[in-house]
Amino acid sequence: MKTCLVVDDSKVIRKVARHILETLDFTVTEACDGREALEACLVSAPDVILLDWNMPVMSGMDFLRALRESAIPSRPKVVFCTTENGMAYIRAAIEAGADEYVMKPFDRDTLESKLQIVGMA
Amino acid sequence: MSAAPLPVSQVALNVFSALLEARTGQRIASYRSWRIDTALKPLLRTHGLDTLDQLVTLLLDGNDPRIGDQIVDALLNQETSFFRDAPIFDLVVEAVAGVEAAGRRPRIWCAGCSTGQEPLSLAILFAERVDTGGTMPEIVATDVSDAAVARTRAGRFNQFEIQRGLPIRRMMRWFDADGDDWVAKPELTRSVAVRRQNLVSDRPPAGAFDLVLCRNVLLYLSTEAKAEVFERFATAIRPGGTLVLGAGETVIGQTRLFEPSRTLRGFYDRVAVPAVQRRVA
Repeated sequence: MKTCLVVDDSKVIRKVARHILETLDFTVTEACDGREALEACLVSAPDVILLDWNMPVMSGMDFLRALRESAIPSRPKVVFCTTENGMAYIRAAIEAGADEYVMKPFDRDTLESKLQIVGMA
Repeated sequence: MSAAPLPVSQVALNVFSALLEARTGQRIASYRSWRIDTALKPLLRTHGLDTLDQLVTLLLDGNDPRIGDQIVDALLNQETSFFRDAPIFDLVVEAVAGVEAAGRRPRIWCAGCSTGQEPLSLAILFAERVDTGGTMPEIVATDVSDAAVARTRAGRFNQFEIQRGLPIRRMMRWFDADGDDWVAKPELTRSVAVRRQNLVSDRPPAGAFDLVLCRNVLLYLSTEAKAEVFERFATAIRPGGTLVLGAGETVIGQTRLFEPSRTLRGFYDRVAVPAVQRRVA
């Protein structure tokens, strides 16, 4: 089974994402902010990370930069999942190393489609 | 307010089914009759009606000629997405490679293009190949629905539509944000000629096509209507050209005008005329 780390400070979003991902046969873990996610990745990197932008402690963008500069041997796919839907945000995320981008609100079809695009569904 | 489905009377079901078949050749199978309620609810709200029988009355009154079009548009299954069944698109490029190699500009017809994601996906794919010396084919897109034709021409998609099947880098390159929508760049929409066309009763677009995509349309047609459409495709596709159907559709047992491609799975070759005559004779 593929593994997905859902990083979002909203419990509701984590719950919704977990439900969808589990129906897509993912094993799901969760983190509430970028720092918690980075610590989790250093222990065991998932196959794909669903990443919110605005979070306390460490933002999604700071996490992404730290992840890409880290010594983690694998390169998890990173799919931003955020309400920051402007082109400037999207461009910044891709330039920082994100593989895909989901604009909230999202549904099952959107998430499945984006995971297929990054070769994870 | 109750979310329970509206009861669909047999009269209403018969009227809407007959209207859809007369206008498009498409049938609503009895097991899909539940769709009528879901599909027509927004139209009831638009016209301030409570029941589907009232909508039948409005239709039969004949005072507003738009009602019939609106009902048909609502009943058509417009399900589509960008790069739907993605591997097909690379096979399309492969299928027309011979035409390009012969120095001709390929001609592709998206028959039943719905809201435009399929022809625009093709346009994106080929436009990106132009950068490396590829040829931009002539792409013609048709649909029986005026609303779908208008949407294809506009190339405008909401947030859910734009995210289904379209990689983010392609969205960034080929679409501009406009409020909450995303609009295809003019160079993309300009590369697709869009027309209204009824597959069953209208002549195909002029000229011979090298490849026709007609995916997930024929499954809604009767056997007789399908035969008619295959005949029309056979006149529209040059001998040796290709027909692409949806994953659940086939020509086998349906027509002798096409046969499965020996090289591309799910693709069907237009049988050369002498071979057709031999088989018919």
